This record gives sequence, C-alpha cells and structure tokens, in this order.
Amino acid sequence: MFKYLFSKNEAIPAGSSAVYFGFSAIVWFVIGTGLGAFNASKLAFPDFVHGLEFVSFGHMRQVHVHAVIFGWISMAFAMAMMYITPALGNTKLWSEKLGLWNCFLWNIGLSVGLTVLWAGMTSGREYSDFPWFIDIYISLFMALPLGVNVWMTIINRRTQGIYTTNWFFAAASFMLIIVFIVGNLPEYFHLTGLTEAYLTWWFAHNILGLWITPVAAAIAYYTIPKVTGNPLYSHRIGHLHFWSIVVFYSTPAAHHLMSAPLPEWLKSFASVEGVLILVPAIAFVSNILMTMEGKWNMFVENLEVRFTVTGALLAIPLNMQGGFQQTRAINWYIHGTGWIVAHAHLALLGFSTFMEVAAVYLGLQTILKRKLYSITLGNIHYWFLLIGFTVYWVSMTIAGLIQGAGKIYEVPYIDVVIAEHPYMIARWLGGSLVFLGNCVWLYNMWMTTRVGTLVPKGRMPHELAYER
Amino acid sequence: MNFREYKIGSRMFGVALGGSMCITLLLPSLDIASVEATNVSMDKQLTAGYETGWNVYDPLMLGHHKPIKVLLKTDPTSGKAMEPEYAYVYEKGTPFPGGVNHPNNLGGRAQRLSLSIGKIGEAHSGAGAVFLIKTDDQKRAYIEDATITMGWNPDAVLKAAGDENVSHAGAGKTLFVREGCWWCHTLLPEQTQDWQVFGAPPMLGDFNGESPTAFGSDRKAPDLLHVGSRNSSREWMMLHFYNPRLVQPHSIMPRFDYLWGEVDAEGKKIDYAKWDSEFNAYRAGKRDVPPDVPTYAANSEVRWLIDFVLNMK
Ligand code: HEC
Ligand code: HEM
Repeated sequence: MFKYLFSKNEAIPAGSSAVYFGFSAIVWFVIGTGLGAFNASKLAFPDFVHGLEFVSFGHMRQVHVHAVIFGWISMAFAMAMMYITPALGNTKLWSEKLGLWNCFLWNIGLSVGLTVLWAGMTSGREYSDFPWFIDIYISLFMALPLGVNVWMTIINRRTQGIYTTNWFFAAASFMLIIVFIVGNLPEYFHLTGLTEAYLTWWFAHNILGLWITPVAAAIAYYTIPKVTGNPLYSHRIGHLHFWSIVVFYSTPAAHHLMSAPLPEWLKSFASVEGVLILVPAIAFVSNILMTMEGKWNMFVENLEVRFTVTGALLAIPLNMQGGFQQTRAINWYIHGTGWIVAHAHLALLGFSTFMEVAAVYLGLQTILKRKLYSITLGNIHYWFLLIGFTVYWVSMTIAGLIQGAGKIYEVPYIDVVIAEHPYMIARWLGGSLVFLGNCVWLYNMWMTTRVGTLVPKGRMPHELAYER
Repeated sequence: MNFREYKIGSRMFGVALGGSMCITLLLPSLDIASVEATNVSMDKQLTAGYETGWNVYDPLMLGHHKPIKVLLKTDPTSGKAMEPEYAYVYEKGTPFPGGVNHPNNLGGRAQRLSLSIGKIGEAHSGAGAVFLIKTDDQKRAYIEDATITMGWNPDAVLKAAGDENVSHAGAGKTLFVREGCWWCHTLLPEQTQDWQVFGAPPMLGDFNGESPTAFGSDRKAPDLLHVGSRNSSREWMMLHFYNPRLVQPHSIMPRFDYLWGEVDAEGKKIDYAKWDSEFNAYRAGKRDVPPDVPTYAANSEVRWLIDFVLNMK
C-alpha cells in the first residue's frame, strides 16, 4: 500500500483506499475491543495488573473509547464512503491518492493521539479528551480530506439523482468537521465553567448524533438493497429520516446534563427534542425492515444481511431507551449508572458496529473480487459478537438498575460495589467474547485476500456463498 | 454535473443546521455568560488556577505552574496574628485563572467589585500575585489582589503561612484529571435524590472560571464534591490511595501507589515488590497485619492529590 502513496493517481488500482481503510479499521477493532476487555477485567478484579501508571484504569479507559470510535467506527465509515459513494454515483473515487494519504494520516494521527491520552495528557473533557492539537489535526488531516473526497465524488457523479446514502455521507462528513471545530472551542479559546461543561456534551452528543448514527444508517440503506436486490422501500421516508436527523438530533445536547445546574429552559427543550429523535429512528428502522420484504430468507442465509438487520433490530431498543431515558421522569434514576454504559454499547457495539461489520465484509469481498475465505468463521464472528454484546448489555443494565436503586435508597456505596461485582465479571466475559470474535474476523479477512476464491466478473460475492 | 434541486437542498440544510446551532449554542451561551460567580466558584478557580486539563504551561500534566492555597494566620507584612484567612498564592509566572484574566467571566457585580475594590485588573503574572476572596459590606463576594492592595508578595505569604498550612490542591486537581479519577467519581451531586448522602448539589454560579469542570458522567464510586467534609483524615487517605483494599476490602478502586514516586518521606527508596509480596501473604492469611504504608514525601504527587481531595469541603 505504501508504494501507492507516491505514485500517480491513475496508477492506483480503484478501491485501494477502501481496502486500506477497511483493514486499518479491523485492526483497530481488535485493538480497541482488546483494550475494552482489559478495562473490564480491571473493574472486576482491580488488582489484576497494577503498580504501573500505564495500565491503570484511569489511563486506559479513554484509550479504549477513542480507539473504537475513531479507529474502528470512523475508519470503517471512511472505508464505506470510499467504495459506496463512487458506486452510487456510477463513477470512480475522486482521488484514490487522497484517500490513501487520508488513511495514512489517519493511522498516524490516531496512534499519536492515543499515546498522548494514554500518558494522561487529556483535556479532561469526556469524548473530547484529545488535547486541542490533536483535535486540530483530526479536523484538518482526517475529517477534511475524507469530506473533500466524498463531496467531489458526488459532484462528479454520472447519475442524475443523489441516492439517500450519499446525502447522508456528504452531510455527515461536513457535520463531523463542524462538530470538531465548534465542540472544541473551549479548548481553543479556553472557555470555562458551565460553558465548557455544556460544550463538552454538545460535542459528545453530536459526534454520536451527526456522525455515527447517520452514517451507520446510511450504510444500511446501501447494503440491504444491494445484497437483497430489493429497491429501497421508500425514498420519502429516507428523506424524512435525513431531515429529522439534522433538525432533531442536533439539538438535545443538554439532556446529558439533566442533573447539572444548567438553565432550566435548556434542559426542558433538550428533553423534548430528545424524544423527537424517535422520528428519524422509526423512519430508519421501518424503512430497512420493509425493504427486506420477500427476502427474509437472506436474514438467515446471508452474512451481510444478517449483520445489518440485526443492527437495525438493535436500533429499536436503542432508540426506545434513548428517547425516554433522558426525560426527567426516568433520568434521575439511571443517570450516571451502568445503564448508560450499557446504552452506549447498545449504540456503538450493537447497532452501529453491526452495520459497519456488514459494510466491511461486503466491501472487501467486492473490491478484492474474492469470496469470503470461510463462511463458518464468519458465522462464528457473528455469534461471538451477538452473544458477547448481549451478555455485556444485560449485565450492565442490571448493574445500572442496582446502582440506581442504591442511589435513591441511599444504600452505603460499598454495598452497591459489592452487589455489582458478579455483573462486572459477566461484562468482562462478554467483552472478551467480542474480542475473540474480532481476532477470528481479522484472520478470516486476511485469508480472504490471500486464498479467497476469485469471483467471476459480473457476479456478487454473496451469490457464490454456497457454491464451491 | 447536474445540481438543480440539490442547490435548494443544500441551502435548506444550512438553514436547518444553522438554526439548530443558534438555539443550542448561541442562546445558551448568552444565558450562561450572564451568570454571576459565587464565592464557591471564586475559590475553585483561584485554587486550581488557569487550567487543569492539558495546556501549554504544563504539557505533561505534572502539576507544574499551579497556585498554592494557604491558610494565613499571621499578617505577612507586619508578622502580627490575624483572623485566619485563605490566600491563593501565584508565584512568578504562574498563569492566572479565567476570572482574573477575563473579569467579565465573573458576571456583572462580582466583576465590578473585583475590578474597583479588588484591583484584579492590575495583577500581573510576570510579577506573581496573592489573591483573596473578600465580601463587601453587603456580603457580596469579590476577588482581591492583595499584592496590589496590601503589598503582600507571594514569597512572604508562603513564609508567613508555614508548610503545614500549605495546600497544593491546584496541582492535585491536575492529577485528578490525569489519573482519570473522574471516570469513576463524579463531582456533581445530583439535583434529585443523592445529595442527602453526598452533600448539596452545586449552584448555577459555582463553576465560573473552572476548567475542566470534570463532572464525570459515569459513577462507579462515591461523589467527591464534598468528600473533605465526610472524611478529613490524611492518614486514611494515604492508606486508601496506596491500596484501597487496606481500608475497604471490597473496593474496586485502583491502587495509586505509583504516585509515591521513588522515595518516601525520609528519602529511603520504596520497595514496591516487597510490599506487594507481604500484602499478598497478609491476604492469604500468612501474616496477621498488613505491611506498613510508606509515608509519602512532602513533594510527592500523592501529597498534592490528598491536598486536593481534602480541600473539597
Ligand atoms: C475504578 C474506579 C475508581 C477510580 C479510577 C478511582 N476510584 Fe476512588 N473509589 C472507588 C470506589 C469503588 C470507592 C468506594 C470504596 C472505597 O472506599 O474504596 C472509592 C472511594 C474513594 C474515596 C473515598 C470516598 C468516600 O466517600 O469516603 C476517595 C477520596 C477516592 N476514592 C478518591 C479517588 C481519587 C482521588 C482517584 C484518582 C486518583 C480515584 N478515587 C480513582 C473507585 C475508583
Ligand atoms: C470487547 C468488547 C468491549 C468491552 C469489554 C468494552 C468495555 C468497556 C469498558 C470497561 C468501558 C468503561 C465503562 C465504564 O466506565 O463503566 C467502556 C466504555 C466505553 N466503550 Fe467499550 N467495550 C467493548 C467494546 C466496545 C465497542 C466495540 C465500542 C464501540 C464501538 C465501545 C465503546 C465504548 C464507549 C463509547 C464507552 C464509554 C461509555 C460511557 O461513557 O459510559 N466499546 N467499554
């Protein structure tokens, strides 16, 4: 791959940047979930590895979070954009070279950023933990080139309309840059106090709401019609989804701070807008499930469809939680408990990750024109992820409800810690299963590039899934 | 290339996103900017200084260039006994906190008083400064630069206070951020129930000038905003930081023994491996008492951290 960094754009095989991004994403997924499992073990057994600053929980937690968000999820997004955007515009990627450089700079920036975080050099702001020089790097050398490539590819498309997926890609990569610039204003200009606290959560909310959620959904709008061969159930609903994301999802940042002394009007407004997030959520899930009509057999038979539809199904409890847990009536009970950790993993490890896994499977097979090395390993990957995630989610939800009860009945805190212990162990086991599944995946994809059966021209990899 | 309806679409997108940012950013910032600083926020920002997250003055987050909070019992110029009072000492070159750099951070009234009576507009970080929190005859708090108003210079104040009345809580807050205590502990008793255990929830003006606020969102441990009022024992804190399982067998808090550094209070090298094996023997029931925790050196990181924790009243 490195040799292409300095060759002419025309000399670079189409799809190179997608492959490069795809494999980087998988590697970061393995690293990120490995770190997650390690952190989980420390919450279950605090003396597991100790005595070194570098392995203490407080230094490792944010490394896990940023490795999975900016390594796995965001690079898988970039990979999807690199091959889906041109495919939908019936054209080539605007610049493969820019794409390769983008990926190269992305890996460098992320490695530096994580090292810095690991050393404890943090802004102390959750989700925008990176110090501001890393934030500037991310906006200029990671997000901007990605956006330029996507926008230029769409502008140079050879189709008349722009398909829903590309609407989302173009808007989300733009919003990512805006969120990075605006959300980090407190660090650039040293804003303090409640403004800093509020903008911290403005960033956190919007990085999830304007980047991760819409792009994950956009990917599903491509994968499901592409693999099943059904047209999207309704473009109108797709547009409803798009516009309601922009209008409703960008506003409820304050619902993360319901118990802080923010202005009351802001909290009430955020809470109402938060419930309205159900509009894009329901639009999306129903659109995907209706598209499956007549092809439900593929949910069982086809790996990519199975991953995507599982993700879409997980979006139902996710949004039901999301819409209501932030209202005052419920938030006081579960705020700051493991319930929220469970919710975060339902969003990222459940809904979003399942979409991207499908996109990476599909993309790598299509670009490399090779059939997946082993469907069995693919199935193992699916079940490890699903079971591991479910164990994680159930155990943390229970732990959260225990904490909530402890909070309102004023149980001595240590009793809550004791009561949570079994669930901490369960979370660690579930997380380790996810990690193992990912190791299997990395092996499977690597073998696919080496020895996967070549797919004849004009056929889709999944059509050959059960042929020898 | 065929744009047509997408031109309209893009404009609509701009309007939608711009409108949303107007409501969620512009209006709240105007609202929050007018908040009047309370004496709690004055204390917090003067204690912690300019910034306790990553910043260019302290890039490795070692707690350098931070103010020192002292309890003053004698007047530094006359040497006579005085009514005990907290003073915030900024040695030469220590950057000032938000409220001193930008007095409008303090909100209308506190800003006016701090500038007119407190003379903070004349403070100069190249020369260092000593700040006090004062109240006027109507009990309205403001910040005063005692270096300008009374000629107290930082060195004299530190000397007058003596080492036992010195708190490195500002450096400690940097460690609090660096060590990720806020991934488990919150600094925000909630407005609903739990303040009956953890103390009063903060008020609107309690944060002006503080950065980062480090509320914490994910509570796996007691809220610490008022921990110093619950437990003010240095001894307990020392044991607890070295190994929480010494005082609380079921705790999941990590050990922070590495904050002791190389040597203990007497300058002896700390043998961590030996301590560990003795502690393991104790836990296995082969020893009746746990090994002694080394006394920390006066300039060790853990001392700063304990200063910070005990300062949270
Ligand atoms: C893995 C989570 C975790 C981390 C990280 C952590 N703690 Fe704790 N801490 C706990 C738990 C659990 C308790 C309650 C049990 C106990 O007393 O040990 C606790 C208790 C405390 C207490 C006593 C609270 C009380 O109400 O008496 C203090 C003080 C404290 N921690 C300070 C810190 C500081 C300072 C740091 C960072 C250097 C830190 N903790 C990091 C989990 C954590
Ligand atoms: C091997 C699987 C995983 C394990 C064991 C794991 C473990 C953890 C742990 C222990 C925490 C700290 C939670 C706490 O403070 O209580 C955490 C936080 C987090 N993890 Fe994971 N994780 C895993 C996979 C993932 C994946 C795949 C993602 C996203 C793609 C993810 C995203 C996050 C996020 C966003 C947080 C912050 C949650 C919060 O703020 O409450 N994790 N994870």
